[in-house]
Amino acid sequence: MYEWDFSILFGYRWLFLQGLGITIAFTAAIVVGGIAIGLLAAICLLSRFAVLRAVSLGFIEVFRCTPILVQLIWFYYALPILVGIEMTPVTASLLALSCYGGSFYAEIIRGGIVSIDPGQQEAGAALGMTPALVMRRIILPQALRRMGPALMNQSILQFKNTSLVSVLAVPDLVYQGQMVAHDSFRPLETYTAIAVAYFVILFPLTVFVRRRERKLRVSA
Amino acid sequence: MTTSRPMIEVKALRKSFGTLTVLKDINFNVEAGGVVALLGPSGSGKSTLLRSINLLVVPDGGSIRVGQTTFAFGPSHKTPRSRELAAFRSRTGMVFQNFNLFPHMSVLQNVMEAPVYVRKLPRNEAQDLAMAQLEKVGLADRAYQVPQTLSGGQKQRVAIARALAMEPDVMLFDEATSALDPELVSEVLLTIQQLAADGMTMVIVTHEIPFARDVADRVVFMRDGVVVEEGPARQTIDDPHMEATRSFLSHFHKGRMPR
Ligand SMILES: Nc1ncnc2c1ncn2[C@@H]1O[C@H](COP(=O)(O)OP(=O)(O)O)[C@@H](O)[C@H]1O
Ligand SMILES: [Mg+2]
Repeated sequence: MYEWDFSILFGYRWLFLQGLGITIAFTAAIVVGGIAIGLLAAICLLSRFAVLRAVSLGFIEVFRCTPILVQLIWFYYALPILVGIEMTPVTASLLALSCYGGSFYAEIIRGGIVSIDPGQQEAGAALGMTPALVMRRIILPQALRRMGPALMNQSILQFKNTSLVSVLAVPDLVYQGQMVAHDSFRPLETYTAIAVAYFVILFPLTVFVRRRERKLRVSA
Repeated sequence: MTTSRPMIEVKALRKSFGTLTVLKDINFNVEAGGVVALLGPSGSGKSTLLRSINLLVVPDGGSIRVGQTTFAFGPSHKTPRSRELAAFRSRTGMVFQNFNLFPHMSVLQNVMEAPVYVRKLPRNEAQDLAMAQLEKVGLADRAYQVPQTLSGGQKQRVAIARALAMEPDVMLFDEATSALDPELVSEVLLTIQQLAADGMTMVIVTHEIPFARDVADRVVFMRDGVVVEEGPARQTIDDPHMEATRSFLSHFHKGRMPR
């Protein structure tokens, strides 16, 4: 019978906290970056220019249909050779995860935009608003509110996806866990603690999203 | 004002959706301060014509002039750019059957939106203007509510105030009362009548024949994308010349405008 001893992890608390800090900061960055990319891709998808639609669709499908782990490695090792710029693991990770998230956010945002009554666009246009102004002031505020839960769900996935940056030696929570496990010879306790940390952060969020969803359904 | 040009001039207007020709050579004018009622059976092209006047629908041929601005359409003319379209539309107010208020804004914000973001008025000036328009339609006390709390008639009056806040040259109404419960129709019609009395140039698509007879100077009857008859409102409604007009009007009770 295995004897659990979690007290051993206490000595590594600063390492864990550092890792957690990096995981959270990474998530914040790739959620913001991903939503920005997703918004741009969604607007291109809805553009009247066929070229923009095609480019956007190509981008989305490439990132949706390849594994994120492969993308991370590709951004770090292959892209620098192709375009001739050095990339730090952090930059490569941020780029890959933002693009990966963006390809999913794009579909969510596109769906939210087309779900808004076309009468809203017409009313804005009839008042003399340009298409860009209508999008910014009339359509997006309504669409984003409606998409809130779906965007949150995707962001929860993004939070977990940050764990993959450990393969590029970015010192996130999982990477630090690997270090601790090696050092302490206590992988069971270490990875259990890490799983608990992810769960404790994400579970309240999923509850919150579910509640928001229910509220939106009632008000719709 | 002696030899004033008409405020709205529609010439040889054509529009098709795919193979369906919806407007065939439409011509008509609206004098400054004039009120034209656009009547005709469902599907005759009234909405398409109205929406062509502010270019929500871009016609295939012909020309449209509102005030000083003329647009001509057809293969030899380039399609207007979205900035030009926006500038043009900012001077024509439009009221829709389904109100199309902005649900994420208060009543006041709905009315202030275009003055602030299109006319670029300072916020306090836009607010005064918006309050004055809400006052005019009798809804100043609802300024800080959201549209969802209003009745249909009140929503439509807010939509009218929202259009008026751009101080447009003309107002276009597309079946403004068709989505309303019967008891809410008259408050909207009275608001429109008040605008007519103030001298606003208007084109009104409506199925309220007694209202059209009372408020419009002229009526234009459409069927299948053509103008079948046009004339002074009372005379034309009371004694139409064309069979198509007569048969259309026979579907309505002869009566007075609801009060
Ligand atoms: N955007 C559109 N695409 C295709 N057909 C349309 C469109 N708008 C209107 N139509 C068609 O044009 C005809 C005239 O419509 P409309 O102008 O709405 O008539 P009305 O307002 O007199 O009822 C109808 O047959 C309608 O189905
Ligand atoms: Mg219609």
